Amino acid sequence: MRVPSAVRGTPFHERTGPLCQAGNWRRWAGHFAASSYEPTHEHEYQAIRSACALIDVSPLYKYRLSGPGAAALANRVVTRDVDRQDVGRVYYTPWCDAAGKVRDDGTLHRLGASDFRLTSAEPTLTWLHENARGLDVNIEEETERVAALALQGPRSRDLLRRITDGDVAELRYFGVMSARIAGIAAEISRTGYTGDLGYEIWVRAADAIPLWDALTAAGGPFGLAPAGMLALDMARLEAGLLLVDVDFIPAHRAIIEGQKSSPYELGLGWTVSLEASNFVGRAALRAERARPPAWRFRGIALDWESLEAAYATVGLPPQLPGTTLRDSVPLYAGGRQVGYATSRGWSPTLKTYLGLAHLEAESAVVGTALEIEVTVEHRRRRAGATVAKAPFFDPERKRATP
Amino acid sequence: MRATNTYDAIIVGGGHNGLINAAYLARAGLRVVVLERRHLVGGAAVTEEIFPGFKYSVASYVVSLLRPEIIRDLQLARHGLEILPLESTVTPLPNGDYLGRWADHDQTRRDLYRHSPKDAEAYDDFATLMYQLAWAVKPLLGVVPPDPISPGLRDLKTLLMLGRHARGLDEKRFHALFKLGTMSAADYLDEWFESDPLKATMSASGIIGTFLGPRSPGTAYVLLHHYMGEIDGVFRAWGFARGGNGMVSESIASAAKSHGAEIRTGATVERVLTRNGWVHGVVLDDGEELTAKTVVSGVDPKRTFLGLLDPDELPDDFARAIRRFRIRGSSGKVNLSLSEAPEFSCLPGGGPHLRGAFSISPSLDYLERAYDDAKYGGFSHRPYMDIVIPSMIDPGMAPPGRHVMSIFVQYAAFDLKGGWDDAKREAFGDAVVDTLSEYVPNLADSILHRQVLTPLDMQEQLGLTEGNIFHGELTPQQLFFFRPSPAWADYRTPVRGFYQCGSGTHPGGGVCGASGRLAALEILRDLRRRRGAGTTAAPGR
Amino acid sequence: MKACDAVVIGAGHNGLIAAAYLARAGLRVVVVERSEAAGGCGATEEVWPGYRVDTGAHSLTGIDPRVMAGFGLKEAGPRGAGLDLMSPAPCVVSPQPEGEALILERDPARTADLIRPFSARDAARWPEFVRAMSRASRALGVLYGTLPPRLAGAGRGDLWELLRLGAKMNRLGRRDALELMRLIPMTVEELLHEWFESEALKGTLAAEGIRGICQGPLASGTGYMFLHHMVGAGGVVRRRRQVRGGMGALGDALRRVAVAAGAEVRLGHEVASIRVEDGHATGIALAGGGEIAASRVVSSADPGHTLLGLVDPGELAPEFLRALDNIKYRGVVAKVHLALGEPPRLRSGGDAAQTALPGGDVAQAALLAGAAITVAPSIHYIERAYDDAKYGRPSVRPVLDAVLTTALDPSLAPEGCHLLSVASQYTPFRLTHGSWNAERREALGDAVVQALTEHIPNLEGAILHRHVLTPADLADRFALPEGNIHHGEMTLDQVFLGRPVAGWARYRTPIDGLYLCGAGTHPGGGLNGRPGGGAAARILRDLK
Repeated sequence: MRVPSAVRGTPFHERTGPLCQAGNWRRWAGHFAASSYEPTHEHEYQAIRSACALIDVSPLYKYRLSGPGAAALANRVVTRDVDRQDVGRVYYTPWCDAAGKVRDDGTLHRLGASDFRLTSAEPTLTWLHENARGLDVNIEEETERVAALALQGPRSRDLLRRITDGDVAELRYFGVMSARIAGIAAEISRTGYTGDLGYEIWVRAADAIPLWDALTAAGGPFGLAPAGMLALDMARLEAGLLLVDVDFIPAHRAIIEGQKSSPYELGLGWTVSLEASNFVGRAALRAERARPPAWRFRGIALDWESLEAAYATVGLPPQLPGTTLRDSVPLYAGGRQVGYATSRGWSPTLKTYLGLAHLEAESAVVGTALEIEVTVEHRRRRAGATVAKAPFFDPERKRATP
Repeated sequence: MRATNTYDAIIVGGGHNGLINAAYLARAGLRVVVLERRHLVGGAAVTEEIFPGFKYSVASYVVSLLRPEIIRDLQLARHGLEILPLESTVTPLPNGDYLGRWADHDQTRRDLYRHSPKDAEAYDDFATLMYQLAWAVKPLLGVVPPDPISPGLRDLKTLLMLGRHARGLDEKRFHALFKLGTMSAADYLDEWFESDPLKATMSASGIIGTFLGPRSPGTAYVLLHHYMGEIDGVFRAWGFARGGNGMVSESIASAAKSHGAEIRTGATVERVLTRNGWVHGVVLDDGEELTAKTVVSGVDPKRTFLGLLDPDELPDDFARAIRRFRIRGSSGKVNLSLSEAPEFSCLPGGGPHLRGAFSISPSLDYLERAYDDAKYGGFSHRPYMDIVIPSMIDPGMAPPGRHVMSIFVQYAAFDLKGGWDDAKREAFGDAVVDTLSEYVPNLADSILHRQVLTPLDMQEQLGLTEGNIFHGELTPQQLFFFRPSPAWADYRTPVRGFYQCGSGTHPGGGVCGASGRLAALEILRDLRRRRGAGTTAAPGR
Repeated sequence: MKACDAVVIGAGHNGLIAAAYLARAGLRVVVVERSEAAGGCGATEEVWPGYRVDTGAHSLTGIDPRVMAGFGLKEAGPRGAGLDLMSPAPCVVSPQPEGEALILERDPARTADLIRPFSARDAARWPEFVRAMSRASRALGVLYGTLPPRLAGAGRGDLWELLRLGAKMNRLGRRDALELMRLIPMTVEELLHEWFESEALKGTLAAEGIRGICQGPLASGTGYMFLHHMVGAGGVVRRRRQVRGGMGALGDALRRVAVAAGAEVRLGHEVASIRVEDGHATGIALAGGGEIAASRVVSSADPGHTLLGLVDPGELAPEFLRALDNIKYRGVVAKVHLALGEPPRLRSGGDAAQTALPGGDVAQAALLAGAAITVAPSIHYIERAYDDAKYGRPSVRPVLDAVLTTALDPSLAPEGCHLLSVASQYTPFRLTHGSWNAERREALGDAVVQALTEHIPNLEGAILHRHVLTPADLADRFALPEGNIHHGEMTLDQVFLGRPVAGWARYRTPIDGLYLCGAGTHPGGGLNGRPGGGAAARILRDLK
């Protein structure tokens, strides 16, 4: 016996390890995840937006629900109406506690009539078991058993169709299919965390290395590059996608009530099917729906001129963040604090300083002028910001199927 | 002569609470003397070189929740206190496996996951709740317990504050507290976890120092203690004092002295002197008298009120309450000098685990059986043990290459059938070494020296009545305003000018020092009032 | 079919009392009971021809006096229920290993005399002990007469309730209230240790503190259990009341009362499920088909069966389900009923005459006068019996509570024959090895008979019939969860605001219109009728 290691490589580590020239690793759910492979992450970001990028997303928690009660369990847990989910479709969905506060979000893949894969940011095994009472369902954790790669970017379809035997080109946005990639059995879903055209590929952990090799071997002509978390973080901010522990705190990890959010308060009202079967938290969300929500989750765009002016007071041009910032800063309207921005960063594509923000409902109307706190040479200043619609970057190719 | 024997305050007993009390009083400008029976201060927190070159933290062996305000107020770091982290707890299992909890969250999760995926998840949920609860009960620890029978204005204020606090808790937390306060550690943990070694090891914190098994109700709330440190910014709340636990006492003593306190060792107080319901000093066993208008006892309630005072001087119901105050000892201590590092068969060789604690608690039934052995007047043949290897954390504790091992052992009855004697003490020590040898094969052959303390030894050597390490059991009916008796839980006593500051008062237990500090603050409050009202007024009441 | 105002599940005493109160308040009430007799655990069955055996509970301690008086249970004539309660002067006879016996009577002075041969000191303390326990149990009774207060997140109404309760307790004296607070978490051993030295006395008394819970006398909360049994007993330990004609007469009387108040009682109908629409209980479905629509459903079944067995789990929040899962039942009582051809004769204390201890004839007289036999000669004896159960096996030397029901009511058995009902503890519902079956049932019967024979030498020879009910049998026969006679272990975490689960201690459930009224709710079991009355009061208040 040995003392267990705190951090482990993913099934791709044999390949990603040597590739990581930057030596810049972070931890993701007990695994090594490259922050960037190259010394800077700019090229990796560009690969996502203009070519295609490979992102190791194996540390995601993954659960397989199967058996006659699988759909009922999924329906009981997630806020969306699983009865309307066809086989071969993926739902992005949050799930809530009984008080209607979001515990976590993830994707629910309907692989068969009674066969689902649920991905999550937080361990969810016990929650699934607790909600499976009286249901004939088999719940299996496949976090370690299944390796996952995100292949994202405008050229990803072209690359994938070249080495896949199935009709991957026909795979619609948020669809999932089984196929063989270079002979390797895989599920391919048209999903991702970049807001771009892209896929996520799910294979047995034992097939991870052959999959990586097949993709990288074929990827050269398509500009394929491995991308790390820093690039991914920039892309997901542009796409207005939530990050757990940054943009929201899972309800079951919150220390105080004020740290919890309902789906409505996270801009996820569209995922809540109040008429669907009785999912956990429905009664609370129905009650919440009946009254105007106190909080909204919105995009904000910083006003360049005022930013420039704030920096000009000390004789500097605006200092832009090179990576997505994750510390929260206050937002003001009419001199009063009306919310806080969680994720913030510079969008190289949009040339805009963006953020995601929790706002009191009355200050959350798109177009509302706000002020955001910025630290200019050790001093607090305020810059203008405008409530904007997220996603900020939403290319047609993301959804389009040729 | 008289001048040198007259003090503003005399503290009986140089344990950590007595020393803290003295330091706070001296800091406030009082002329203070601490009288310690032994040749060194520290009470149960002492480091002694019983065997040449090997330093034992003889009795208490870890720093558990020493209040950070005390460390700050008395500048203990300047006086030599350095707390080293105790990062892990490993529970070796009979099948050669182990269960480990580590400083790193991911590492702990992996280890727990091996035993039970559900437990790995529940562990985080549990920690979240305990963190919230620790935060919720914190106000209780810092207040002087109110008098529930005839509350004064200040008592009412405290009660009101606590009531408002309870009302402000959300129901989930309130109910969790209700359950923690009433359940057994085993039942409480059963609601969360399925892995037996995990439940057993976690429940062990609930039975340390009590004469109860993990399935006895009333053992659950101590689970909170492990999380108390996190809310205070007491990074490394559970740790090991460099130089052994005696360094805690010495640093406090040094702080007290720097404020002018006098510390006399080898001074056994025979009696506390009273006149007309007022304290006026103490007399030592050699007949020497010391006088002071304030006398503070850091020894346990039984010795304080039934030994140092004539119980006839006390109101009947108070004397009765003290007599029935439960103080059954339940533990022993074994200290070993080792010629080589212990090798645990579950994790052979060196490694970070040796810097942590080891818990011999493979299952709840194991702990229950250990309790069964003792509850009819015996000691556990296969005991629960909490083990640290101080020389791994602080190499100065043993000669190079050699080691000391500190083994807290439970259970051992104080009133052993037929009484303790040398043979039984050695049999007790053998049970410890034999049991541990199952997990540490090289142990027996590497023992150079063995020190065994039975509950009786703890009474005789350390002055702990019945060998109880907490100066009285930490059961609900002996906590807060019941500790040690209703109406006298505010550190005062029926004898005016006479105070208590030991672990037998709120909040009691462990090397946390809160009793010593809170008592000092109450004394200073009384003195201010006495001064304000002239010397004729009674302090406190 | 027109919906009724309330359907009550179960015609045990709590269900009937709730129904009677609701019907009396003008509600249309239907009571549905799966067995053919009312009374639930208080059942009298003709197990053998000519014998009327109280198969479940065999004595009554403290039925809520408000129920007794309010419904004229004891009154004869057409308006009263004509319940005849007999209460013997000697309460307990506790045979000791040496043949002597400790006897406790209703009268403290007499009891002190009987204790004296065991310990003069204890005898001297007895009257004061009785007074102290009587005061403490009276204070506890105040708590039992009110809803458990809400503290966390208390609103204005809750604070008002709390103040009223505080005022009530204050009237009793703050010292008594505080003393109760001190006693509640105690172990019964600690409580008794403060007063007594005689092992015989402490053992006999401690047996009251462990009844129905899987804890030994060294466990916290057994002090509370001791007091629980004292509520309504006026300071008398093991105050026994026996119903003439058998315990079933209580159920009959309560059924008559409920029917007289306007309730309909349907026996022989089992409830299959509780219908819930949009979070609101709308009635029940019967196992035999058919439904009864009702604006509210009141269940005297245990909380687990009601909410996990009869309600679709999808209607309840996971945290609540988890709390229900975590209710501890852990039945530990087995019943052995013996038909005897001759009266049991306690072993005469051969040496007792010399040591001047009471025994022999005095004890025999007490037994024949209706005293219960307690076999619990010392606290350690009980603790050892518990040790067995702790590891999942029946006590090798069990704690026994035996009642010769024919002593007070010879009509319960054929002429010249006798009935001895024995409760044996600890008999765990869950065994570490195997589960309950016919063989283990008989072995249990043998063990109980053997343990009793030590004190009643003629017992084995006198047995005409024997009927053994293991905790599993009790579970089946009386719908007791895991055989727990209180519908949930009465440990401190599961009483007051923790009964049946923390946050739902006030008879309501998360489903609108679904109430609990059984022993699994405040203030718990022991045939006291308070949960039924409390639930009815709650429902009527919600109606306003």
